[in-house]
Amino acid sequence: MLYREAGQFKSTYAQDQQIFPILQDRVAIAILLAVAFLLVPAFGNQYWLGAILTPFLIFSLAALGLNILTGYAGQLSLGTAAFMAVGAFMTYNFVLRIPGIPILAAFVLAGLCAAAVGIVFGLPSVRIKGFYLAVATLAAQFFVLWVLQRVGWFSNYSTSGVITAQEIAILGYRFDTPAKKYLLTLAVVAAMALLAKNLMRSETGRAFMAVRDMDVAASVVGIPMMKTKLLAFAISSFYAGVAGALHAFTYLGTVEPEAYSLDLSFRILFMVIIGGVGSILGSFLGAGFIILFPIFLNLASGWVSGLFGVEISFAVVSNLEVIIFGGLIIFFLIAEPHGLARLWQIAKEKLRLWPFPH
Amino acid sequence: MTVPQPIAGAQRVGEVVLAVENVSLSFGGVKALVEVSFDVREHEVRAIIGPNGAGKSSMLNVLNGVYHAQKGTIRLRQGAAWREFHDMDSHEAAALGIARTFQNIALFKGMTVLDNIMTGRNLKMRCNFLQQALWAGPAKKEELAHRRAAEEIIDFLEIQHIRKTPVGRLPYGLQKRVELGRALAAEPTLLLLDEPMAGMNLEEKQDMCRFVLDVNDHYGTTIVLIEHDMGVVMDISDRVVVLDYGRRIADGTPDEVRSNQAVIDAYLGVAH
Repeated sequence: MLYREAGQFKSTYAQDQQIFPILQDRVAIAILLAVAFLLVPAFGNQYWLGAILTPFLIFSLAALGLNILTGYAGQLSLGTAAFMAVGAFMTYNFVLRIPGIPILAAFVLAGLCAAAVGIVFGLPSVRIKGFYLAVATLAAQFFVLWVLQRVGWFSNYSTSGVITAQEIAILGYRFDTPAKKYLLTLAVVAAMALLAKNLMRSETGRAFMAVRDMDVAASVVGIPMMKTKLLAFAISSFYAGVAGALHAFTYLGTVEPEAYSLDLSFRILFMVIIGGVGSILGSFLGAGFIILFPIFLNLASGWVSGLFGVEISFAVVSNLEVIIFGGLIIFFLIAEPHGLARLWQIAKEKLRLWPFPH
Repeated sequence: MTVPQPIAGAQRVGEVVLAVENVSLSFGGVKALVEVSFDVREHEVRAIIGPNGAGKSSMLNVLNGVYHAQKGTIRLRQGAAWREFHDMDSHEAAALGIARTFQNIALFKGMTVLDNIMTGRNLKMRCNFLQQALWAGPAKKEELAHRRAAEEIIDFLEIQHIRKTPVGRLPYGLQKRVELGRALAAEPTLLLLDEPMAGMNLEEKQDMCRFVLDVNDHYGTTIVLIEHDMGVVMDISDRVVVLDYGRRIADGTPDEVRSNQAVIDAYLGVAH
């Protein structure tokens, strides 16, 4: 009864084209944002803010970037971590080499650099698709890391290749505690998620989906194939680049190129697949599942041993966690191949009718 | 931005707007089209018929740039001026006002009916992606204006009840109708329909015929269609061109074509 759109009549197209046409969704989003912006920083402890929520937001953003490319435009990519690395290292360099540059400007410029790299490595998509394209984007993964390791300029000639992110300050206000860094990350991620949502429900998003669903028909209705695919790569890499910049500046603080290995690209791809291909919400759900769930399992194992008074050895617990996590991934993929976002959508459809079956 | 307004009164068939001259297309050793010539007049319903494998779909694919003919020219009238093509690409064809539907439905399956139809209007949208991301002023206004135009087409095709349904979930007959809608959304001057009534039952065929004739009547759109149902072809088309093994074997009014010996031979076979 709670989630029902009965009685909410739309009498103009503007009302019908709203970002969240259903009142309950608008209320839910408003509450969620209020909690995230006000309650969480006020009551969250340092560990939760710095080590769990901030990386969750950052990986959500990276997954969102990949989702734009893979989920909406249908171009498979394994180069996400490389684009993140470009974002991280270029932000460092912009702050280092342009004194007094506002940090947000550095994020945007670094994102644009990542977008440029993304366009270059997206060029094969003009001719190849599917798994072959995924393999072609591996080139980005290897080439970018190689350059960052070999060319000293990028890490300011540090011998280990490690960079230490500079202090973040906006108009003299310093973001030096986990809570402040969390708020900055949250603001950037929320703003970019909103932009992505808008973009995907307008002409560019439809062009992406058209290319994904049926490329011959897309070009017959006049969608320029090459421009659309490269734009998808550019936007996706921009998102990944900003995520990388946040990863270095608000989360880790010190990073080396090896942190952005193929492993990370795969992790982000799994977030997209588990969360929901072609869904903004799915990017957040997928990142939440992959990042938050192992922590939850860890806590749960503690509760279980406390409850039954059984002392479980640390090795057994960590192995069990991996087994349960793997099992759940398989379960979710079998239960709903379209990801958690689709499960959520089905739940909403059911709620709309509840308590009646039809 | 204007919503397409029906033109009052039935359209009279006018001058030639599209001329296909000696077009040849082959795939390796297979000759799909051999020296095919025909023309299409303004506001006319022009049918292309022929047995399976005659090259009908190839002909449409050449007309809107999916295939590239090796020989021959296509001339298209734009207002008073003629434009000549040896080789057109599909993006260019769309920009010139040529829209089409496919024999095997080529809709964007993951998108809703409304989004599919809106995609048909993409060439008319001017805002760049940054404006769209901000959903501010002009981008929003443009989106709403085009939504209005898309809704006109939804009304015209009587598919209001499914506008928010993903196309992949619709039955075949409705998908065909949505595909016509997507083509109409571009406000084409020339509409190419590849077997719009294939696989439909009698009622669906009647509906589709009505839509095709209405499009032709109300918007004055010139239509080239491929169809296997001879009843439909003879009923709704002004002139018919017949292909067989990639060659043109007849061209004329439905009555002329029906009584043409070469056409009868091609369809029924002939003793050697």
